[in-house]
Amino acid sequence: MAEANARPQKADAHNDPPQTNDPLPQANDEAKVANDPLPGASGQPQEASDRPREASDRPRKTAANTQLARLEVHDVSKSFGAVAAVQGVSFPLYPGEAHALVGENGAGKSTIVKMLAGVHRPDTGTLRVDGADVDFAGPADAKAAGIAVIYQEPTLFPDLSVAENIAMGNQPLTKLRQIDRKEMHANAERLFRRLGVPLDPTRPARGLSIADQQLVEIAKALSSEARVLIMDEPTAALSAVEVERLFAVVRSLRDEGAAIMFISHRFEEITALCERVTIMRDGKHVATEMVADLSVDDMIRRMVGRDLSALFPKQDVEPGAVVLEVEGLSREGVFKDISFSVRAGEIVALAGLVGAGRSEVMQAVFGVDPYDSGVVKVHGRRLKKGEPRAAMAAGMALVPEDRRQQGLVMDLSIERNVTLPRARKLARLGLLFGGSERAAAETWTRKLQTKLGRLSDAVGTLSGGNQQKVVLAKWLATGPKLLIVDEPTRGIDVGTKAEVHRLMSSLAADGLAVVMVSSELPEVLGMADRIVVLREGRVAAQLTRAEATEESVMYAAMGQEVAA
Amino acid sequence: MSDTLQKSSDIDLDKRPENGRATAIKSRLTSWDSIILVLTVLVLIVASFSVENFGTSRNFTFMVLDLLPIILIALPMTMIIVTGEIDLSVASTLGLTSSMMGWLWNQGLSIETIIPLCVVIGAICGVVNGFLITGLGLPSLAVTIGTLALYRGLAFVVLGDGAVADFPWNYTGWVTGTIGGGAVPNVLILIVVLALIFGIVQHATPFGRSLYAIGANAQAAHFSGIRVARTKFWLYVVSGAVAGLVGVLWTLRYSSARADNGSGLELAVVAAVLLGGVSIFGGKGSLPGVLAGVVLLTALQNALRLEDVSGQALNIVTGSLLVLSVLLPNITTAVRGNYHRRRLRQAASR
Repeated sequence: MAEANARPQKADAHNDPPQTNDPLPQANDEAKVANDPLPGASGQPQEASDRPREASDRPRKTAANTQLARLEVHDVSKSFGAVAAVQGVSFPLYPGEAHALVGENGAGKSTIVKMLAGVHRPDTGTLRVDGADVDFAGPADAKAAGIAVIYQEPTLFPDLSVAENIAMGNQPLTKLRQIDRKEMHANAERLFRRLGVPLDPTRPARGLSIADQQLVEIAKALSSEARVLIMDEPTAALSAVEVERLFAVVRSLRDEGAAIMFISHRFEEITALCERVTIMRDGKHVATEMVADLSVDDMIRRMVGRDLSALFPKQDVEPGAVVLEVEGLSREGVFKDISFSVRAGEIVALAGLVGAGRSEVMQAVFGVDPYDSGVVKVHGRRLKKGEPRAAMAAGMALVPEDRRQQGLVMDLSIERNVTLPRARKLARLGLLFGGSERAAAETWTRKLQTKLGRLSDAVGTLSGGNQQKVVLAKWLATGPKLLIVDEPTRGIDVGTKAEVHRLMSSLAADGLAVVMVSSELPEVLGMADRIVVLREGRVAAQLTRAEATEESVMYAAMGQEVAA
Repeated sequence: MSDTLQKSSDIDLDKRPENGRATAIKSRLTSWDSIILVLTVLVLIVASFSVENFGTSRNFTFMVLDLLPIILIALPMTMIIVTGEIDLSVASTLGLTSSMMGWLWNQGLSIETIIPLCVVIGAICGVVNGFLITGLGLPSLAVTIGTLALYRGLAFVVLGDGAVADFPWNYTGWVTGTIGGGAVPNVLILIVVLALIFGIVQHATPFGRSLYAIGANAQAAHFSGIRVARTKFWLYVVSGAVAGLVGVLWTLRYSSARADNGSGLELAVVAAVLLGGVSIFGGKGSLPGVLAGVVLLTALQNALRLEDVSGQALNIVTGSLLVLSVLLPNITTAVRGNYHRRRLRQAASR
């Protein structure tokens, strides 16, 4: 915890006076640069991506940090059911600093954000604002304490004007207690001038780019006098130019004394924007250090560096014939030019960050989602697109990511769920008799050692792990040649997880081809014969089991070169 | 504190595996289908003892004829509501086919040609609904309210305010007649045959299974290889065809083809289906329950009418029954849940 309390040394060293009194010149200056999108956009992406590094080398003017932390997370823990999402995390956030929060998928970053936003309450530990303990009963409390959160996908009211969105819940009133539209617009205009962005306050929010929507959110945060700005992957959907413009605004706010918490998977952005970084792993705090003191390598290593004590029993199988071939699969704005193949007896993992397009690719392959171009072949025969039934007839099965929405019909009984994809095959003379359905359900739930009361109980009454077994039973009962599993062990307990892994391994040993989408690196490394890493909708790397390490997969997923 | 306790007991409640055959039978007995079935039998028994003329064979024939349109249209309507959709245009489809029947008869076509043609016209009405709802993805409530007005309007265009009445007596006679002049109406055969077919399809075929999956979670159904849109489309076609058939039967029963035949019937049908325990949100309900619901409504109305109760009072009774049918299952589950929770809380505090 000693690291967590380390003050930003740079700021101490500079000992600059607070910039709060004179922030505008610099803000306008930067905004001007950023608002001129042409240099970066016109075929010189190099410049756009170089600019952040230049910026990081420039000495930073931060507010003096001799005062206490604006926001402090102190020994905070939060569990959801049996899953400990955050355990004993502490770090301070100082006024005038931009602080990065990094970690793998599921490291607990979002839980931290939600606690700071007042969405979740910590189980233990305290949050402090300006040294005083706070207890947020809801988002309104967090807002009142001066904390504003900007999400990846802004949540504006599309049919209201920009100014109305900014003033939402906080409208200036006339003497007759009616909304003072003139004042509202003037307010919005003042805020935009301060941010240096040329947005029209009277236009509707609908049709704004995501980048502009974020700027509106920031303006909204400023209008409520937020002093802590938390940005949860704000740049995920932005172009390089938009990112730079956003950063210009954020820097000017920081220099005015706001505390910024910035969550991103892109290291070049972290080095460009932030002074300090807090690294989390598996819900725990790993380190809080100066960005300048860490290389990207260090950061990645600390994000993933856990002991590989959890063993995954994938047996070595001599791969058989090619079962699935995906060639040049593309879907506008979702994924592009995806090619890979899977042999019988092989487990191929699709790795990558959340939002890299892994599930989308596999759902297109299975036919529940459409695709624009490309070919999916099973056993050399081309598959009709957008037709799950054709995929099923070709021997494909998909255990989807979202068990509750996609995998199961919660209100239906266990037996009905198990037999849903193959009711047609169980029917005799077109008729279904209760006995055959029950027998089929019985066989498969027993094979998977599902703990259940009666087969006629609604599947929603089972625990998460057993629900997952029902989904697996449902699809294994169809006798697939190719099994696609999307996050097969998400949200289930450790024991069931091991069972699922053993099952997948033995299925592969019996000649089943398996595609596994997983966000858990140990699972990917333990189970997969080959790993296809996706990044932003494209194949970033294909690694064999021998080549794959936590670092190499993460490098590929984050678009970094492998360090020599 | 009590807040957290309540939450944990909720979870316990969910996870608790109810075991044993006894609970299975108990839940079967307290299900809404059985309640409505018992209620229906009760009403029939009480009415035949206390209401004069209720138990006569003549009244039985009338009752079956009154049941006929509601019960036939309710068969496909049950399936549609189980998938989470609705078809409010059925009564207007009935009116349109009735008008067409009169018009075609005036054109000199034979009744043997006209009857199948009318069923086809009904099916076409269903195709239009089905296309708008599944092809264009419009909400079924809005679409069928629209076509409710549209088809009724077309019915008036076809036949105006007039009526066509000179249908051949052997056809009109068959609809109102009984088997061998006894107590069993001819149309009862039709009801039984169609109810059996629909019942089997809904409760014992893969198609029927898919309806419940679609109604409870369309996305999971899609992920299981069920063709959601196609299934719904065919339901609307069947619904239209059945409404067309009922249009024919209605016309023959009253020996009168009119544009306003059967207006308002859609509400009686939906009321009966909901009374029969089908969830308006989809995914739940059974055909036996619906059949009991239709019989209950019709028998009650018939008995009250025999007792000279006014039409307004009749409406009050059916309306209250409908509200109760939606309310009661909710109350029973709430009461049961509270009881469980209280027990768990006591167990926890001990």
